[in-house]
Amino acid sequence: MKFEQWNGFYGEEWQNEVNVRQFIQDNYTPYTGDASFLAGPTARTSALMDKLNLLFKQESDNGGLLDIDTETVSSLTSYGAGYLDKDNELIVGLQTDAPLRRGVNPFGGIRMARSACSAYGYELSDKIENEFQFRTTHNDGVFRVYTDEMKKARHIGVMTGLPDAYGRGRIIGDYRRVALYGIDFLIEQKKADKAKLGLGNMNTDTIRLAEELFQQIAFLGKTKEMAAIYGYDISAPAKNAREAIQWTYFAYLAAIKEQNGAAMSMGRVASFFDIYIQRDIDAGILDEVGAQELIDDFVMKLRMARHLRTPEYNDLFGGDPMWITESVGGMGVSGQTLVTKSSFRILNTLYNLGPAPEPNLTILWSEHLPEGFKKFCAKVSIDTDSIQYENDDLMRVSYGDDYGIACCVSAMKIGKQMQFFGARCNLPKLLLLALNGGYDNTSDMKIGPQIEPYGGDKLDYEAVKARFGIYLEWLCRLYVNTMNVIHFMHDKYAYEKIQMALHDTDVDRLMAFGVAGLSVIADSMSAIKYANVKPIRDENGYIVDFETEGDFPKYGNDDDRVDTIAKGILKDVIEELRKTPTYKNATHTLSALTITSNVVYGKKTGATPDGRKKGEPFAPGANPMHNREQNGALASLNTLTKMPYDCCRDGISNTFSIVPDALGNSDDARVDNLVNILDGYFKKHAHHINVNVLNKQKLIEAYENPDLYPNLTIRVSGYAVNFHKLSKEQQREVISRTFHESM
Amino acid sequence: MIGRINSIQTLGTVDGPGVRFVLFMQGCPLRCGYCHNPDTWDFAGGYEVSSEEILEKVLRYREYFGKDGGITVSGGEPTMQVDFVRELFALCKGEGIHTALDTSGCIWNEKIEKLLELTDLCLLDYKMCNPEDYEKYTRCKKESVDFFLGELQRRNIDTWLRQVIVKGINDSAESVRMLYDVADAHPCVKKVELLKFRKLCAPKYENLGIEFPFGNLPETKAEDISAIMSAIGKA
Repeated sequence: MKFEQWNGFYGEEWQNEVNVRQFIQDNYTPYTGDASFLAGPTARTSALMDKLNLLFKQESDNGGLLDIDTETVSSLTSYGAGYLDKDNELIVGLQTDAPLRRGVNPFGGIRMARSACSAYGYELSDKIENEFQFRTTHNDGVFRVYTDEMKKARHIGVMTGLPDAYGRGRIIGDYRRVALYGIDFLIEQKKADKAKLGLGNMNTDTIRLAEELFQQIAFLGKTKEMAAIYGYDISAPAKNAREAIQWTYFAYLAAIKEQNGAAMSMGRVASFFDIYIQRDIDAGILDEVGAQELIDDFVMKLRMARHLRTPEYNDLFGGDPMWITESVGGMGVSGQTLVTKSSFRILNTLYNLGPAPEPNLTILWSEHLPEGFKKFCAKVSIDTDSIQYENDDLMRVSYGDDYGIACCVSAMKIGKQMQFFGARCNLPKLLLLALNGGYDNTSDMKIGPQIEPYGGDKLDYEAVKARFGIYLEWLCRLYVNTMNVIHFMHDKYAYEKIQMALHDTDVDRLMAFGVAGLSVIADSMSAIKYANVKPIRDENGYIVDFETEGDFPKYGNDDDRVDTIAKGILKDVIEELRKTPTYKNATHTLSALTITSNVVYGKKTGATPDGRKKGEPFAPGANPMHNREQNGALASLNTLTKMPYDCCRDGISNTFSIVPDALGNSDDARVDNLVNILDGYFKKHAHHINVNVLNKQKLIEAYENPDLYPNLTIRVSGYAVNFHKLSKEQQREVISRTFHESM
Repeated sequence: MIGRINSIQTLGTVDGPGVRFVLFMQGCPLRCGYCHNPDTWDFAGGYEVSSEEILEKVLRYREYFGKDGGITVSGGEPTMQVDFVRELFALCKGEGIHTALDTSGCIWNEKIEKLLELTDLCLLDYKMCNPEDYEKYTRCKKESVDFFLGELQRRNIDTWLRQVIVKGINDSAESVRMLYDVADAHPCVKKVELLKFRKLCAPKYENLGIEFPFGNLPETKAEDISAIMSAIGKA
């Protein structure tokens, strides 16, 4: 097959089969210069953004939600065309028929949809209620099968945030395929895959796959219909940059109309777009200003994406995030950088349109990245606090050079791997369960192996560790089994038809487990080992508090004595998880990432031996506990560099806040120093870092007077948020975190 | 070799070029009115460490140093523990690590001469340009620091002259121009840094039960520094 839209492109391999990576390798133009070529916003862009900012303001004034269409079930073709400003948009397409109006997507669970509507003063229409009376949702399916123990573990919060009532997300469709090949070619490929299945044995797996392929094909067709509503025919490949961006965006739009997954990430599109942009520039039909306009318009669309959520959901994942993660930069396996001018252009949107949390711009950092790009990234961080960094040199080994980040830190080969998202388990709470022999002191419930509570007046490290091992074994088995139930049912009742249509049919699967409270449990075990920890018991003999005497090494100070404990825990958890087989033979992975749920996890956890009081928040992700770092910023980073990515293939999240003065005493010095810090951190094999360069005072002012900094964006845990979209409690927690200063 | 230190800052970005490991030595003979680290004064305070231990720590951070960073030994007055610092610098040089000495330049002896052989950069705290003020606010004589600077020049050791600018004390155009004149007269001086007088250290004085001599003076702002720079035609 050879399309005229491909004129001017090199390479054969990608023309005969779906292979976007090869297309990129054969055609992209690496850029090793600096940011001086970039163009500012045009009057058109600024006018459109002003209009959008007004809508954001209305949404915010309205309690965080502008409008809901309660009559329509969100899907690809269920709404008419919607525009921000029809005559001036370069890239079109909205989730519903009006900007920021949210659609209802009850396939994950009708209860969630109902309570989300009512939380904002709306009522789910009878029409939808009636329709779903006779439909099984993902949530229904899960609860039909959950065991009593699973429900209990979920209830007491030793496993929390499980995707059993909403879309699981964390699946990245290869949206670029629609631009490169057009829908018809993709349909033909999927039809061929389906036909091949019939040649082998029909068994549970193949029959299920055949039905999935049927759905994939149907939804590729619907994507074409959806584009037609906007007057576009996307059956054939895109013929220029504007179409390439539009086609890709349509594919993404189809996904977010069909799925309300927690994280709906974009993948790695900038350098793909760059090939089309460069071809148009070379042909004299586009200039730099026009190229930047296209990227600005695309990003504006992404900033408008919304899902309808309940307040409880926002407690866990604060700030109304979509995790439209776009991975930028990185190196090719050939050793040539994947940075293009469009890598700069997409970062430049943070200047042209102002700082914002979405899309979740994620720099794939390598020590070999061009200096000009490194410096521009550092400058963007210092100016906007809107981007994060992940170690390309570490990930490229396992994921090649066409992977993307889903959500915050989850790497996957685009179009070739997908993830079963599994939230996280609460390790400090598990420790308390172990000490109390299967009694939870916050809910007054019994769960897990029932043994005598820990006796004696001093906690002994080896004895506690052995006890913890017993409970970890129990929890890991339960956790894997629970995930198996969830993902079986999600596939059955809320299958990601369009996103999976944009994957290879023979897809590799990852099952991503997680831990919360890493630094709390590491410090607790360290206290038990190096200080004297005396348990305090209630009248029933259960431990409710601790008295810790003496000092002990604390995670976050580059102290091997405690860092080794943390490392060991991560290793134990993944090894224990691997003992229970997964649904669809997915590979077990693990993350130390909490999003903002560290606040809720802390709330559900009693006092811990490290001195943390009952109900106090954990540190987010793999962060050290707040204000326990005593040797400065790099010591805390060094602790993070020791956490083993081999055990945590789903990511190790670290949020780092530093005051501008501590980064250097001039703008240039700050940029250079941040580049050196990132280079050093990643050379030492760390996985991820969120960088905030700001004064705590500014956050306090924003907390007290929300109107002062309406667009204040900060990185929290693998993503960025508008500070004002966090709950007051989450805001306080962010303020309480360590801000590195130099004295 | 054992030394007595106050603390370690693993991310130093304001004491020398690049990202630096900053070691604060314990003990100082001076009593500068604006001192930011009164907790480093007492020669009996702090804690003991060996130079090998410090090197082992420094090596944990070398990946962050980039092409400009390294170690800065500050204080306190590092030259008061010259044997220790010299051994530490020797160990660092052995590893190819850039060494910076942050000193008042008030002390001079043969051992310091040896230390300078291992010093890549001297951050010379040229506290006041007027000899009377110098003595009044630091309890040391300005001629000592001038002598020290001469020795740096004689050995052609890269030097940054630094001065904390305090309003009403040394913020006149005349005073700052004198500082630049000193710099111009010594080609080894590669940079002049005017530092803002800050009072973040006030709680330290409170905790120590010591009066903060300049505690009632206003902080210096970035704008004040820019104004002085324009006044002397350096902006």
